[in-house]
Amino acid sequence: MNSFRRMAVGTTVALVSTAVTMAAGAAHAQQKTVVEFWHGLPQPLGGQLEQLVQDFNKSQDTVQVNPTFKGSYPETMQAAIAAFRAGNAPHIVQMFEVGTATMMAAGPAIKPVYKLLEETGAAIDPKAYLPAVSGYYSTADGKMMAMPFNSSTAIMFYNKDAFRKAGLDPDAPPQTWPALIDAARKLKAAGVACPYTTSWPTWVQFEQFSAIHNLPFATQENGFKGLNAELKINSPLHVKHLQTLIDMQKEGLFKYAGRDNAPDALFPAGECAIQTGSSGLRLRIGKEAKFAWGSAMLPHWPDAKDAPKNGVIGGAAFWVMTAPTRTAEEYKAVAEFFKYLGQPSVDAKWHMDTGYLPITFQGFEQAKAAGFYEKNPGADVPYQQITRTPVTENSRGFRLGNLPEIRNIIQEEMEKAFQGQQSAQQALDNAVQRGNAVLRTFERANRG
Amino acid sequence: MQRRVVFGNRLLPYLLLAPQVAVTLIFFHWPAAQAIEQSMLLQDAFGLRSQFVWFENFEAVLADPNYLHTVRVTVVFSLAVTVLSMVLALLFAVLADAGIRGRNVYKTLLIWPYALAPAVAAVLWMFIVHPDIGVLGRALNDLGVAWDYRLNDTQALSMVILASAWKQVSYNFIFFLAGLQAIPRSLLEAAAIDGAGAGRRFWTITFPLLSPTTFFLLVVNLVYAFFETFGVIHALTRGGPGKATETLIYRVYVDGVINNDLGGSSAQSVILMLVVVALTALQFRFIERKVHYA
Repeated sequence: MNSFRRMAVGTTVALVSTAVTMAAGAAHAQQKTVVEFWHGLPQPLGGQLEQLVQDFNKSQDTVQVNPTFKGSYPETMQAAIAAFRAGNAPHIVQMFEVGTATMMAAGPAIKPVYKLLEETGAAIDPKAYLPAVSGYYSTADGKMMAMPFNSSTAIMFYNKDAFRKAGLDPDAPPQTWPALIDAARKLKAAGVACPYTTSWPTWVQFEQFSAIHNLPFATQENGFKGLNAELKINSPLHVKHLQTLIDMQKEGLFKYAGRDNAPDALFPAGECAIQTGSSGLRLRIGKEAKFAWGSAMLPHWPDAKDAPKNGVIGGAAFWVMTAPTRTAEEYKAVAEFFKYLGQPSVDAKWHMDTGYLPITFQGFEQAKAAGFYEKNPGADVPYQQITRTPVTENSRGFRLGNLPEIRNIIQEEMEKAFQGQQSAQQALDNAVQRGNAVLRTFERANRG
Repeated sequence: MQRRVVFGNRLLPYLLLAPQVAVTLIFFHWPAAQAIEQSMLLQDAFGLRSQFVWFENFEAVLADPNYLHTVRVTVVFSLAVTVLSMVLALLFAVLADAGIRGRNVYKTLLIWPYALAPAVAAVLWMFIVHPDIGVLGRALNDLGVAWDYRLNDTQALSMVILASAWKQVSYNFIFFLAGLQAIPRSLLEAAAIDGAGAGRRFWTITFPLLSPTTFFLLVVNLVYAFFETFGVIHALTRGGPGKATETLIYRVYVDGVINNDLGGSSAQSVILMLVVVALTALQFRFIERKVHYA
């Protein structure tokens, strides 16, 4: 009984003190409009994002943005969906790029950024952004649906020391797949156990691959034109590419090291001599690698007639969510925050601090003027790759429902192919068939 | 003769029962009812558009060859985990129950793994068996054994079975040990005097008298293998490679949380609920008959 009483007393004290803190907080922020902001960036990136928010809070005295870490991107998405269903969604939620179609189909749950800007009179010029960035988050006719923020792309990292050892030119990384295979053979002959591996197998080998070779990933302009899109990743070049990877694996030139970012550690640890992965990996390699390394654009097939085109982005954007109690005042506060984010200086600082892409042309120029690329050779590779050519309907991005599920399906079918359970053609036919079933379910659930 | 407690007030017994009933209703029946409702709906992620589709979600799930594959994986996985963890635990318990020196130390050490959360246990296993960063995994590859559970169905499945069973051995060990200690020494001594060997004493006396414990553990272990091995699978293989280690409960998570398919996920939960109800009923009906309650 005694312990119960103690517990009751403890709880009461805790509740009262919480109430007091909340009252104090409310009093403090009385004259400020509070904006709840949920994000999905773990440390150290999350800390840098929260620092940026604090900088904004200090820069003016009418708006207070409260950042909250909600777990990984999928977890943040779940949290936002649950909160919306309960009628208290956050004002802003950070959503990964593959969640774009889900958010766009969410209709009344979100306030498109172009509408927010119209209503509040805030000015953000979509043309200031790189087309590959703004295009991903815009409707087919160019209206911005979300506020682009942390964007990355996929590039290639290579071990210069290993290249030297294998008699390869450390300043001439392979630009095409035949050249990469050639280099991998020489690396293997020089005793490298893992010449080449890839992070994000689906994103790099299929999404980026399709964009760079100007091939449709799906019909309807990769889904931009409608929910009735169907996957197209069993084209002859896709099949040839997967078959090449399977052959390379058999020959000991390529190592499949797991899904998503699981293989990230292999390059910095010196295990693999070449790795394709997120440009954001640069920060970690800089910290951990004990060898000379370089970065280069993703390789392409020289016989593909339209290659190479620009790559697509990854990363996340900020979406504005609605709630029954939301006021015009609050939307205005959100617009203020976005205006702050849209400044080239903020963009350049974020880019230089984190390794994400500069997403505005001016942001890139500022980083360049600050001498960032002279101090960090190769740090402009992602920017060069993403702006290499004008964006085509195949390299603008993807607007496919439940893309995370489709990514996993492709990874599953690849894993079966790498084990010799099926051919490259079978793997991709299966992936298309299963992926299309996912797209049809999404279409049915989101119609009308 | 039955003992009866007589309450002075007619309301009091209901009042005393109320908290338990409320907890059961709120935390078990309500979510279960919601799952049943959800399983007949086709909804978008935000719940803005909702159609009642009767049993379409069930049809879709049951017609999916991948789902049937997952059922097979689950059966193999659950049986293997249950048998492996119970056999090992019984073996350890019999050994620790024998008069060996330092048996208290053994007992304590054997109970330790139970204090670990499944996810933590899985991470520890990863540091041992991962082909790139694991101690054993690297050693195997250096010895020329092609060990890579990321690309080998059999290796992946064996590994999650081993990790899940290992985690459960301690729990089973405690119960088996307690069961063994409850067996009257006089019975065993009498049998020994009659000339029964150690093996015969175990199979004719110890094992039958342990059957209530064994039966209880069978039920508990099957439920464990079905529902609580999520953390192990999530941390080690995420259901891969392909779908080689995807169990029913893991697929419920993937479809519901990652794929935002609440209808399909709920339909699977309902199927799972029926399976477990049936399994438990079967166990009590047929296996319990053979159980020897002392």
